[in-house]
Amino acid sequence: MPIHDQGYRHYGGSRARGRAWVVMFTTGVRTILGNRRWIMLMVAAWVPFLVRAVLFYIGSNFSQAAIIAPSAAAFRDFLGWQNLFVFLVTITLGAGAIAQDRRANALQIYLSKPLTRLEYLVGKLSVLMAFLLFITWLPSILLLVLQVLFAGNFTFLKANAYLFPAITLFTFIEVLMVSMCILALSSLSTNSRFVGILYTALIFFSKALAGVLFAVTRGTSFSWISFGNNLDQLADVIYRVPPEYETPWPVSLAIVLGLIALSAVILERRVRGVEIVA
Amino acid sequence: MADLTPVVSLDNVTVEYGRNRALNGVTASFTPGAVGLLGPNGAGKSTMIKSLLGFIVPRQGQMRVLGLDVAVSPVEIRARIGYMPENDAHIPGLTAVQFVSYCGELAGLPRADATQRAHEVLYYVGLGEARYRNVETYSTGMKQRIKLAQALVHDPDLLFLDEPTNGMDPKGRDEMLELVRDLAHNKGVNLILSSHLLPDVEYTCDHVVVMDKGRIAAAGPIEALKQPRGRVYELRVKTPGELEAFFDHLRAAGLECHSTDDDVVRVFVPGEGGARRLFALAAESRVQVRHLRPSVPTLEDVFAHAVGED
Repeated sequence: MPIHDQGYRHYGGSRARGRAWVVMFTTGVRTILGNRRWIMLMVAAWVPFLVRAVLFYIGSNFSQAAIIAPSAAAFRDFLGWQNLFVFLVTITLGAGAIAQDRRANALQIYLSKPLTRLEYLVGKLSVLMAFLLFITWLPSILLLVLQVLFAGNFTFLKANAYLFPAITLFTFIEVLMVSMCILALSSLSTNSRFVGILYTALIFFSKALAGVLFAVTRGTSFSWISFGNNLDQLADVIYRVPPEYETPWPVSLAIVLGLIALSAVILERRVRGVEIVA
Repeated sequence: MADLTPVVSLDNVTVEYGRNRALNGVTASFTPGAVGLLGPNGAGKSTMIKSLLGFIVPRQGQMRVLGLDVAVSPVEIRARIGYMPENDAHIPGLTAVQFVSYCGELAGLPRADATQRAHEVLYYVGLGEARYRNVETYSTGMKQRIKLAQALVHDPDLLFLDEPTNGMDPKGRDEMLELVRDLAHNKGVNLILSSHLLPDVEYTCDHVVVMDKGRIAAAGPIEALKQPRGRVYELRVKTPGELEAFFDHLRAAGLECHSTDDDVVRVFVPGEGGARRLFALAAESRVQVRHLRPSVPTLEDVFAHAVGED
C-alpha cells in the first residue's frame, strides 16, 4: 500500500472570488524580482535619486551651494532624468506582457479561469504600473521627505504644498499612458521584440518629426506631435514651471487622454479567448 | 438514484463567424458523466465549447452550464469548470508546477492549496518527474498532459476536453484515454470530450452527441444508439458481377446497402425478419447468397448514419 496516494482527489478547501488580478499582480512581481537583470535595471533607475539626494543635502546645508537648493523645478527635472529608465522599463516589462501570452495561447488559459478580460488587463497593467511608479513616484516622494529631513523644517514643504499632489498626479498620468500604449502594442503581435522596436520607433519618430517642424517653423506649436513632448508640457503645467512648448496644455492633455482611450479600444478588441477571422 | 439533470444545455443556439454559420439553431443537453462530442472537422464542436466558456457570444439562443446561464454568470461558471484547449497553450516562462499552481490560484485556491494540488495533479497526469522543467521544453505529449493538469487543479465540477489526444503517439494516447476514463468512471468528474476520433469517444464516454455542419445529428447513450432500429447484415454473393443489379433491387425495397473494401456487402434491414427478407429479395434477383451473418453495430455505424456518410 502506498504511503501517499498519488491519484486524483477532490478538493474540499476554500475558494476566493474576484482576486484573480491580485494573483496576476503578485505572480508578475515575484517573477520580475526573481530575474537578476531586471533587478539591476531597477537599481540603476535609482541612481538619479541618489545624485539628486546628494544635491539636496548640499543645497540645504551649505549656503555657498544655494544655486542647487531644492525647488519645484528640481523635482520636475528629476522626472526628466527618469525618462530614460521609464522607457527602458516600459520596453523590457511591457513589450512581451501580452505578446508572449498570445504566442503561447495563454489567453485561452487565463480566460477559461474565473477572471474577466478587464481583470486580465488590470493584472497586466498593475505589474507594469507598479514598477514604473517605483522608479518615478516613489523616489520623488522620498526626495520630498529627504528635503524636510535635510532642512530640519517644513518651510519648503509648506511653500510648495502642491508638490505632493503634483508628483502623484503627473506620475500617474505618465505611467498610465505609457503602460496602456505598450500593452496595446503588445496585444497586436506575438513577437515582443517587434513590439519593442515599434514602441521605440513611435517615440523617436514622433520626437524627430516635432524637431523637424521646429526647425521649419522656428516655433514649438507643433510639439504635440511628439508623445514625449505632450507629457513634458503637462509636467511643466502640473509642477507650475514655465512651459517649454507653445502648445496649449489642454491640447497635450487631450492627446494623452486620446492615446489612453485608443489603447483601451485596441485592448478591448485584441484581448479575447478566441481569435475570430471571419 | 443518479441525478440526471443536464450539466450543459443549449436551446436554439446559433453562432456565426461573418457569413459562416458555425452553430445552426443547436438544441442539446449533456447528461452528467462522460459525454462525447463527436463530429468531423468543422462540425462546430470547438465553437460549441468556446461558446459555453463565454469566449464567443451566440447570435441567438440560450446556454446553461451547471444550471447557470452563460450570458449572465460566465465567471461563476468558469470557477466550476476546467478547460483543456485543443491547441498548445501554456503561460510562458513558468515551470510545470508553477504553471499549474498559478492556474489553481487564478481559479480561487489559496496559494498553499494550489501548490499542493499542483504537485498532486502533476503526479496524477504522469508529469511528476518533470514538474520542475519549463513547460516550453516539453514534448507534444507532455504538453497535452499539462493542459489536462491545469484544467484539473481546482477540482472542477465539469471538464471540457477539446481533442485531448491530438498529436500524441499511440502509447501516450492510450495513457491519456485511460486518464480521461478514470476521471469519468472512478473519480466522478463530469466531462465533455470533443473529438473526431470514434475510438476515443467510445472508450471513454457513455453518451454521445454527434454534430455535423453546425447541427446535432444524433444524441443519446452510446449503447442505445448502437441498438439498430432494424438489423445490419454482412453478405457475400456468388457472382460479384451481379451486385449492382442486386443493390438496385434492395434499394427499391427500401433497404440501405453499402459495399465494403472486401467483397462483403453491408445491408441494413429495418424491422424484424431481416434474414428471411434478404433471402427472398436475393431469390427475386436470382442472386445466390454464399455468406450471411448479422453484423454488430459500432459507433462508427452510428456516426456514419448520423452524418449521412456511406
